[in-house]
Amino acid sequence: MTAHASITVKTKKPDNITPSDDNTIDLRKQRRIGESIIQGFLFLCGAISILTTIGIVYQLGKEAMLFFNSKEVTLLHFITNTTWQPQIYEFGIWPLISATLMTSVIAMSIAIPLGLSVAIFLSEYASVRTRNILKPTLEVLAGIPTVVYGYFALTFMTPMLRGILGPQVVEIYNTASAGIVMGILILPLISSISEDALRAVPNSLREAAFGLGATKLETAIKVVVPAALSGISAAFIIGISRAIGETMIVAIAAGAGPNFTLNPFKAAETMTGHIVRISGGDISYDTLDYNSLFAIGLLLFILTFMLNLISQRIVRKFREVYE
Amino acid sequence: MINNKSSKTGNKPISLQVGDFPEQFNLPQRHQRGAFWKVIFQISMIVGIIALSALIFNIINESFGYIALVNEVDPESLTPHGIPLDEISKDDLILILQENVSSGLFRRLERDQPFEERSRENVLKLVIERVVNPEIVGTWPLSVSLFNKNNILYELEQNHPHAELIFQSWIDHEFFTSPQSSKPLYAGVRTAILGSLWTIAITILFAFPLGVGAAIYLEEYAGDTWINRLIQTNINNLAGVPSIIYGMLGLAIFVRALGPLTSGTLFGVTDPVTSNGRTILSAGLTLAILILPLIIINAQEAIRAIPNSLRQASYGLGATKWQTIWHHVLPNALPGILTGTILAISRAIGETAPLVVVGAATFITFDPEGPFSKFTTLPIQIYQWTARPQEEFRNIAAAAIIVLLIMLLTLNAIAVLLRNHFSRRIS
Repeated sequence: MTAHASITVKTKKPDNITPSDDNTIDLRKQRRIGESIIQGFLFLCGAISILTTIGIVYQLGKEAMLFFNSKEVTLLHFITNTTWQPQIYEFGIWPLISATLMTSVIAMSIAIPLGLSVAIFLSEYASVRTRNILKPTLEVLAGIPTVVYGYFALTFMTPMLRGILGPQVVEIYNTASAGIVMGILILPLISSISEDALRAVPNSLREAAFGLGATKLETAIKVVVPAALSGISAAFIIGISRAIGETMIVAIAAGAGPNFTLNPFKAAETMTGHIVRISGGDISYDTLDYNSLFAIGLLLFILTFMLNLISQRIVRKFREVYE
Repeated sequence: MINNKSSKTGNKPISLQVGDFPEQFNLPQRHQRGAFWKVIFQISMIVGIIALSALIFNIINESFGYIALVNEVDPESLTPHGIPLDEISKDDLILILQENVSSGLFRRLERDQPFEERSRENVLKLVIERVVNPEIVGTWPLSVSLFNKNNILYELEQNHPHAELIFQSWIDHEFFTSPQSSKPLYAGVRTAILGSLWTIAITILFAFPLGVGAAIYLEEYAGDTWINRLIQTNINNLAGVPSIIYGMLGLAIFVRALGPLTSGTLFGVTDPVTSNGRTILSAGLTLAILILPLIIINAQEAIRAIPNSLRQASYGLGATKWQTIWHHVLPNALPGILTGTILAISRAIGETAPLVVVGAATFITFDPEGPFSKFTTLPIQIYQWTARPQEEFRNIAAAAIIVLLIMLLTLNAIAVLLRNHFSRRIS
């Protein structure tokens, strides 16, 4: 309607427009300032995402530089030392990294096998009705805020571990309980992405395998999973990146205070847990403590950003395209 | 060698080429393996469901149950003839209050709200809270309360013979209407819910127009140039950045660099309590940046689903590009965009870590008054209560989790309804 109206307005006032011929008007050559302004505004909306990335890199980088340039800290010390005690100017990143690695490894060793099995079950075995019930149920699991999982780890998983293994073995705060619950959190993420990848494999491949006499399991494992491998491995990498960046579960259940240990039943603090604990207290700007958080944040950002880039590259490079 | 193997299994397929691929012909074994793995897959599925059930059971289990109370002052000793507190008049209650609390506190209560204006229930509540002052000496989860009451009674007899056992539902009407308190019995989530709503309102205000604008640009305008590809890749990457990093960005930019703006001093509306940038505005903006990539990606999908014929019909009638987008593409893509936005918002409501980093207040008992107030949100409240060692705080944390989950469930239900309602119309 508006389109129609605007045309009549313009044809009524031919003076404003440069006519290419006596009667015909080439509307394409007309400049529309309003349209250009709108396009410019929309471009700015898109460009904000780039500003965000620049902002993250700049802010993390700036504060991290202040940290590494201070006389108490050297980069070499940062990446080789195994004690993190800001009170006595010991800034070795390893206790935080070891805890992060431990919770992530525990989480992934639960989430990868279970998530893949669930994905295969939903995509290859389950009937349409079963899938329609089970898939949203798992998505509910993915939509629960992580602070709730933290509560679950502390009030359910830890007492259970202590009940099974004995309270002398398992401390009240421990990385095992945080890792297991994190695995439950990541499970639906992995199963959902993997299932999408499995379902994208065309049925003709399955039928061909059945036609050659393969059983259902053989079809699933030897034909469908390899065909969907790019999506599945992307899911794994996204899962790992999520585990490294996960904060609230470890902040609540894994313990407070950096501890260089590989015993999953002892308390330890991950990179994210440390950032939350220190910034949650009263922290004054431009102190070594404050700057050190940004150095940890920068490391975290680089790690997860690289993992995300790799997963995207895998999806793009190794995607099997079917007609 | 191959023949040996197949004869061992005793399952020679006669009509086929014996021994070429012996393993492949051992059908019973293959079917057995298939059945075995099918059970494994099913068990994995069940494990996932069990985890969800355990989580919900645990939360409900902690939200209800018996508690044992010991009164600091016996309520019957307060009234003249041992009449229960419930039955005496308001004036007598005020008298009891005046006699038993310090005059400073009494004046403060009078100043908060004059006693003539207070209802009898309100005064009764004050008497119980300030004078009788019941203290929790034990709490039991729902499962124990229902099936093992004798055990509780025995335990109580042993440890606290004077304690009074009552069944407490931690989530009740007062839990919604009371502000934060240092005593779990009186603590509520009103400040936290209001804080969450304020924060989310700011988040929507910024994230929705920007996100939809960016999606329109990327889907309708952007050509295949390096900058557009960069924007697209960048958005996909930002969606995977841990939320705590956004918290640090918010701390550095909104709280510190833009402090005068986000604290409101620039507008002359400084909250007397805060003069730094740790306000609702900073929190909302941080969450807006956090969910922006999600909104963009969801909106892009919704816009991409609009068939090209619609655009071409509009162009054919002489509409300009923006007219086509505004009058034809957006109205049809709106349900999809809204669904995606609601899902992104429910993510923002549950976010905790970035807000802790941005600087949520640890303890506020007053309602937020505007974007420049100090803030706390529901997940932050849950985090702080969970971090307390006392059992009672775990109970109210569980009750707050139920409130949070109900909020999220409602939002998700709206998203599903929206999708179902509109998808029928379009197709």
